[in-house]
Amino acid sequence: MPRPVRLRRSVCRALATSLVLLCGLSGSAMVAGSARAADGSTSAVQTQDAMVPVGAEPGGAAVSLDTTTFAPTGDGSTKHPAVLLAHGFGGSKADLVTQGKDLAAHGYVVLTYSARGFAKSGGFIHLDDPAYEIADARTLVDLLATRPDVLLDAPGDPRVGVFGPSYGGGLALMLGATDKRVDAVAAAITWNDLADTFFPQNALATTPPATGSPADVERASNPGPFKQLWASRFFLGTAAAGASVSPTCGRFDPTVCRLFLTAAQTGRPSAELLTLLHAHSVKPLIGGLTAPTYLVQGMADSLFGVEQSDATARALQTQGTPVAVRWMDGGHDGTSTTAADDLASVTTWLSHYLDGAQKPTATPLPIPTFVYANPLARRATSATLSQTSSYPDAATWSTTPIDGATKPVLNPPGGQPASVTIIPGLGTLAATLPAYQLAALPTESAAFDTPAFADSRTIVGTPRVRLTVTSTGPTATLFLSLWQVTTGTATLPRQVVSPVTVATTPGTPTTVDVALPGGTWNVPAGSSLRVLVTSTDSSYAAPTVARADRVAVADLQLPAVAGTAVAGAGGGTRDSESIGVLVAIAVVALGLIAAALWRRRTRQHTPHLAELADVPLVVDHLVKTYSDGHRAVDDVSWRAERGQVVGLLGPNGAGKTTTLRLVMGLIRPDSGVAHVLGEPVSAGSPVLARVGALIEGPGFLPHLTGRQNLHAYWAATGRDDADAAYDEVLAVAALGGAVDRPVRSYSQGMRQRLGIAQAMLGLPEVLILDEPTNGLDPPQIAAMRPILHRYAAAGRTVVVSSHLLAEVEMTCSHVVVMHAGRVVTTGTVAELVDSSDTTVVQLGPGSDVVAAAVSLRAVDGVTKVEVTDDPVEPRLVVTADLTRADVVRAVANTGVDIVGISSRRHLEEVFLSVIAGASGGAPESTGGDSTSLTDRLRQVRSR
Amino acid sequence: MTSSDTVTASSEVVRSPLSWRAELGRQLRRRRTMWSFILILALPLILVAAFAIGGGGPQTTTGSLVSLAKDGSGNFAVFTTSAAASFLLVVLAALFVGDTVPSEASWSTLRYLLIAPVPRARLLTSKLVVALASMAVAVVLLIAWSVVVGGVAYGWSAFTNPAGGTLTWGELAPRLLGVAAYIIIMLLQVGAIAFCLGVRTDAPLAAVGGAVMVTIVSAILGQIENLGSIRNGLPMYYDRAWFDLLTPVIDWTALRHGTLWSLFYTILFLGLGYTLFRRKDILS
Repeated sequence: MPRPVRLRRSVCRALATSLVLLCGLSGSAMVAGSARAADGSTSAVQTQDAMVPVGAEPGGAAVSLDTTTFAPTGDGSTKHPAVLLAHGFGGSKADLVTQGKDLAAHGYVVLTYSARGFAKSGGFIHLDDPAYEIADARTLVDLLATRPDVLLDAPGDPRVGVFGPSYGGGLALMLGATDKRVDAVAAAITWNDLADTFFPQNALATTPPATGSPADVERASNPGPFKQLWASRFFLGTAAAGASVSPTCGRFDPTVCRLFLTAAQTGRPSAELLTLLHAHSVKPLIGGLTAPTYLVQGMADSLFGVEQSDATARALQTQGTPVAVRWMDGGHDGTSTTAADDLASVTTWLSHYLDGAQKPTATPLPIPTFVYANPLARRATSATLSQTSSYPDAATWSTTPIDGATKPVLNPPGGQPASVTIIPGLGTLAATLPAYQLAALPTESAAFDTPAFADSRTIVGTPRVRLTVTSTGPTATLFLSLWQVTTGTATLPRQVVSPVTVATTPGTPTTVDVALPGGTWNVPAGSSLRVLVTSTDSSYAAPTVARADRVAVADLQLPAVAGTAVAGAGGGTRDSESIGVLVAIAVVALGLIAAALWRRRTRQHTPHLAELADVPLVVDHLVKTYSDGHRAVDDVSWRAERGQVVGLLGPNGAGKTTTLRLVMGLIRPDSGVAHVLGEPVSAGSPVLARVGALIEGPGFLPHLTGRQNLHAYWAATGRDDADAAYDEVLAVAALGGAVDRPVRSYSQGMRQRLGIAQAMLGLPEVLILDEPTNGLDPPQIAAMRPILHRYAAAGRTVVVSSHLLAEVEMTCSHVVVMHAGRVVTTGTVAELVDSSDTTVVQLGPGSDVVAAAVSLRAVDGVTKVEVTDDPVEPRLVVTADLTRADVVRAVANTGVDIVGISSRRHLEEVFLSVIAGASGGAPESTGGDSTSLTDRLRQVRSR
Repeated sequence: MTSSDTVTASSEVVRSPLSWRAELGRQLRRRRTMWSFILILALPLILVAAFAIGGGGPQTTTGSLVSLAKDGSGNFAVFTTSAAASFLLVVLAALFVGDTVPSEASWSTLRYLLIAPVPRARLLTSKLVVALASMAVAVVLLIAWSVVVGGVAYGWSAFTNPAGGTLTWGELAPRLLGVAAYIIIMLLQVGAIAFCLGVRTDAPLAAVGGAVMVTIVSAILGQIENLGSIRNGLPMYYDRAWFDLLTPVIDWTALRHGTLWSLFYTILFLGLGYTLFRRKDILS
């Protein structure tokens, strides 16, 4: 039977919801609300399970209740007040463990138990019968009186409060009404009259007075339609749990069961059932309830509406019993958004009446007499609360005009399809359903709208409307609900309807006043209200006889009370959010400021070196290791003087570009410093304005022309346009008409020339060009050479990095050779290529250079012989302590043909030899390895 | 001209490297800037065209913004803003603010700006100011242009709130300014995240896409009810709170929270961006 199982689960869920409502959240709220918590003393808790014998069943079967006592650990000499906790229908004492322990930790002896007929307790469910369940509770109070650690008001009279939700709330009220020893009562989401609950009748007995409590409902005496959905839910859960006792009735008392089953068949209550339900209510017992009583009722509650607590509260107030009422926005159909605050108020209530050495006087109450939750604001997660100082507060009633037309409503034969206003267990999904379309079935409903409200309106209480119905039958059962209509969209905030059953004379209009479901509304200006009258509702057993009614409504009366906002409720969390974020902002801002100050304090001030003020560029022991661990520059030092063209030479990966980046402050050195004109360079140093650079290729805004790029770059420097020397640098770029085309259309060579031109903007004292000849053709390279020479000749300094050795040789006056991050050698080009101890001997084609080299090495004074075994141009480079004449003579003696003698080597050779030396390998000098020099040259070139 | 003359002259003239005007010049003629503004100008026209083409269809939803969009200028402007705010403006904010540094890096112009020299903080500030100003102009332009287009197409009636209440032009005009201000504040955090990513990655796509991705993930997490009030701290969680400005009585709570959270993220990510960039090795 899958369906009942599913239903049962949904029942359990629904019941769990209502328990969570007031029990599940007990932890922190109890701490917050407990007066005993104020002294900060929480003590260890001892737990004691016991089966307590109570009154026998009608058949004489003995019954024991499964109880658990939570008590503060102690030697027994300290007396504590006691609290009796009761659970909701379908629950057990297991639901109360958290709350029980928490209360015990704050100094109460807490007795929890599973009610008769539930869980491990024996007996049958009598629906809070005063003779059974209520008598059981009195037995438990007796038990509390025997405990040595319980505070006694008199022998056998413990200081005790009782609290429970729903089924437990009914018990709390009835125990309080039948046992004078109870000192405080708190009851949540519970009933005043169980008959009214299951057969609700919202037709009023008389036209009510213009004042009175906001939820005042004096019902007509005839019962309304059967609230079948709720009855069935209770039944299914209970029957399934007690299937071993009775397959249909489960653990229900057979009499209760039989009466309910009959009612479910006929849809009408038997007189016997009505009598039983009336008797199982606090209403007939109310005169005995003198203990201060706190009533927490939910507005999202299609089982026990706010009119139930209203009836209890008004009766108590009339007889002088201290009473406080709270309407929260949860209930059997939803969870309160202010659950923690609700529970805290319960604890405040109980502790006020239980804690003192003496019983407190009746007034003032420890909490506001009436507190209600306002409608949830958009996006808010908890409702704001309002309070009034008395209850029932005389509501202000205002009559609103409403559509006065008479409209037909048809009750379909069999009562199907039925209007759906609430789908239990659907939770938040319900909000996504087209609620109005499901509720207002065509021909089964009639809608009556008010005009749009000019001002926003708050409604608190039970609105009333005058209903006139002309029916074809002897009675008419109709369901009324109050919708809020905002620009065409109708919403029913709490999904509760008001059923009425009116005796009618066929064909004759009958007029009754009807109480609509109670609660709070916030109707914005421009919105209207809609009274929807339907002939069916899926939650109720509506008459199955077909019927055609004509209905009209009039005089929609809206109650309002003058409540004041409860400080901190609902708004508290939002304020804390603002404050929290403000604190977070302050922390972040302070952190950033502190970091900036710390940086400023610890910043290393490299001094300006006056003695270097006239030296354009000094690189001093620079070290840079990249984040991947590669040490690109390792202790590099060199300098460039005015008028020099310095070539920075080295194979790729030697650290040339890294050095130039360090010089320009683009990257931070690990140690060492570069000085430009005496100023140490760091990121953005002003002295960089006196340096122009092209580093690792040019970069331009692709959407601008060449000319615009130069102007944009100069604008970014912030310097005067007059200093830019646009004409000179454009001449260098030699772009012709292309200068006014977007850069994205340029060739690589054009970009390169424009990049050089950009570096020369403002004719800086130091010009740094990284691989300037990239992408240039030989004529352009040749044209660049005199430009750089002239530039340096004007007293400025040019640094050119390159791996094109011939180019450096022709362009530069000085060379810095780098290899693997280190400076290998420095000096003028002339010094490097021209040395007195070296002789370059050009041999005739086909000469045996290898043999010659072997012979030469044997000559005294020859220290090194390098071989270029080129078949066309074989060469020997001889380093010796001898005079050049002796060297030539020695070469000639080896028998080769000498066709030329030179003191000057190609820079390439110098470069390779110093690099080879720096790499730790011996310079290539033996004929056997003669392949390598040319090969390695090729390698260098191909890089 | 001797070298010492040059030094003095240049030191005096270098006052504000990369002035706002200079930075504006760098960004203004970019295609992404032009297309962004063309899109903003086109959006209201596209919407009017769409309503005209789909005009015959049945109204499926009543009481929503879209059903009221054709009521008049005010409603049309609010509808257009609502349609654009959740994604188009977010992307534009990420684009304007996130792309400004990495695009320079991708053109290799970043290093030339830095050796111009533009101090790093100055570079970021100029770029941030221009980018945020572009973003603000985009938001204001969209709203103002929507009012004009809506007025021409549907008449000049003010605003009917689908959640109830009407506003006259006298009430609506300052509130639309407030809406623009709030949306700009909301977009600040997106911009700040994009900015921080852009400073970190050098890739324009990573910066813009990353910031949009953060917004999307935040929106997805915002759907998870179980997170409860933790969601309030998600970036852009309060992005639609500007609707509160259009109700007859303004509830400032969500607006306040949205503003504070946005300022928090803005300060956090901008601070992070500046800190990262200050120490960064520029290798692009």
